[in-house]
Amino acid sequence: MVRAGIIGLGKMGISHCAILGAHPDVDLVAVCDTSSLLNDVFKRHTKFEFFTDYQKMIDTMKLDCIVIASPTKYHGDMVSYALKNNVHVFCEKPFALNADEGKLLAKRADDAKLVNQVGYHNRFIGTFNEAKRLLSANVIGELYHFLGESYGPVVLKEKGGTWRSEKGQGGGCLYDYASHTIDLINFILGKPVKVKGTLLKNIFSADVEDAVYSSLTLQSGLTGQLSVNWSDDTYRKMSTQITVLGKKGKLIVDATELKIYLKEDNKAAGLEKGWTTKYITELTPLVNFNLRGEEYTSQIDHFIDCIKTKKSTTISSFASATDTDELITLLLKDNQ
Amino acid sequence: MERVIFGDNQFFGVNHSSDEKSRAQAIRFKDNKAIMDVLDIAIDEGINTFMCTTHDRIADICKTIRENPAKYKDFKIYPCMPYAHKYANAVTELGIMGTIKQYVPGNIFSTVAKGGMAFVKKDFISMMELLIDAELKMFKGINTPVVFLQNVITDMLLGLGMTDFLVGFYNHVKKKHNAEAGFITMNLPLLLDTLEGAGIKNPIICASINKAGFRVSGSVAEYEKVIAEKRCRLIAMQVFAAGALPPKEALEYVCKLDGVESILFGASSRGNIKQSKGLIDTLSK
Repeated sequence: MVRAGIIGLGKMGISHCAILGAHPDVDLVAVCDTSSLLNDVFKRHTKFEFFTDYQKMIDTMKLDCIVIASPTKYHGDMVSYALKNNVHVFCEKPFALNADEGKLLAKRADDAKLVNQVGYHNRFIGTFNEAKRLLSANVIGELYHFLGESYGPVVLKEKGGTWRSEKGQGGGCLYDYASHTIDLINFILGKPVKVKGTLLKNIFSADVEDAVYSSLTLQSGLTGQLSVNWSDDTYRKMSTQITVLGKKGKLIVDATELKIYLKEDNKAAGLEKGWTTKYITELTPLVNFNLRGEEYTSQIDHFIDCIKTKKSTTISSFASATDTDELITLLLKDNQ
Repeated sequence: MERVIFGDNQFFGVNHSSDEKSRAQAIRFKDNKAIMDVLDIAIDEGINTFMCTTHDRIADICKTIRENPAKYKDFKIYPCMPYAHKYANAVTELGIMGTIKQYVPGNIFSTVAKGGMAFVKKDFISMMELLIDAELKMFKGINTPVVFLQNVITDMLLGLGMTDFLVGFYNHVKKKHNAEAGFITMNLPLLLDTLEGAGIKNPIICASINKAGFRVSGSVAEYEKVIAEKRCRLIAMQVFAAGALPPKEALEYVCKLDGVESILFGASSRGNIKQSKGLIDTLSK
């Protein structure tokens, strides 16, 4: 059994807690949060040891791995402390507020051969993986443009409350929403390295942006656009879509379906001329426990598998997550 | 429970295989009248149970039903609570404390300051009971024989090992609301073991059951084994695997499973409602 602990019992922390709690190969022994309310609930109604000091938890609980789901500004110190104590780390996204610090942590984890993963769960969704596969097989020919979009209804009124609405804490649409879109572009198409014409718009929030628009250039030279808005209540929940245009066709992918338009048949890929749609139902592997979608379990399964098989490179490593943090830094600079 | 139960996903833009279809549905059911029209078709086709989330818009549907007692005298609603996105978005925006402050009626934290019962005993089960009462308010005067806990909450409590709350829900719905408690889940075998372990025998459970294995945890074989044991009163949902299975094939599979009491499906057109209802009736004989 892999002994696990969790720091931070917000929305994602509690979700990870339930997934780890139900995992057949994991013994979730400790959780940590500063909230006295949660302390009371967990002490009374669960079997997990409750801590308010994460260092004490790591020092005393002999953990094999830890899940960090605290506000982003604490990630650096917590990850660093876990690595120092030889503990495998799964950290929520975005990884680090300071990209240089993130790079350093990625190197330390890799050097120590500790499994390191960041919670970019879109990398575990069947449709996005199929899109990556089809694009690697060059099905739509030479690419000339892409569009990465995420929309959802998070901040719909002028009022603020949590760390997510404070400047410099890792909140805001850029850190919370756009990080997913950027990471997915990196995963499917390649690393974005340059930005221009960035617009960070305040719609309802006073101190952070509610929308992010920019033009990106990837390492390969391919250019495209980023369009993200978390104040859009025409969406029931967060919806992320990547559109890619090539000389032989077009591909549109979201978490539920993949649509490919081809100008000619592609026999090798088994795709006909015109539109083909593939649904998530045919592209999702079964998981043992399902909470809010298979991908949340798949990413934890992957993390635990890597620990068990002593593989230190994960599908969403600290290093790849640092690419996203670097781009966020570029977007902030470009907007000034 | 009736053999066929009508679902509500189509009314609120929930489509598990296509975000695009989901938006098209949201546009079509912009007005509550459009929802009511489809419900009337379902009733006309012989379906008298409607299972729906405690979405704000259901309040209006309830109003229409209350205003036409003769027309809806046999009509039953199975409420499913809570409407999870409402709370999930609130937690991102307001934090957990802020969300509780916003939704727990009577402002539980001012009760804290006054040293009220809920605080002194730090009684989270009571807090949950207040939330249940609040969510059920909109159904006043409507026949709601079964009240469900939504899968995100059921499965979260299941994973956390917070069985006390599952039992608390079961007891409160029974005692205070004179209804049976039901649980929606994506994890049928684990939930059933857990409920039985807590002393709840033969519970009402609504779970994804389909040939394709969509939203089935573990394996289809594992599910079939549990279903055959008939340890719970089972409602099968997602029987079409979000459209991945042709209707006849999908319903043939689920109708043959001895151990499935009811089948839940949603549809927007008379043609689809008639077809599915007719197939279930024929295949269940």
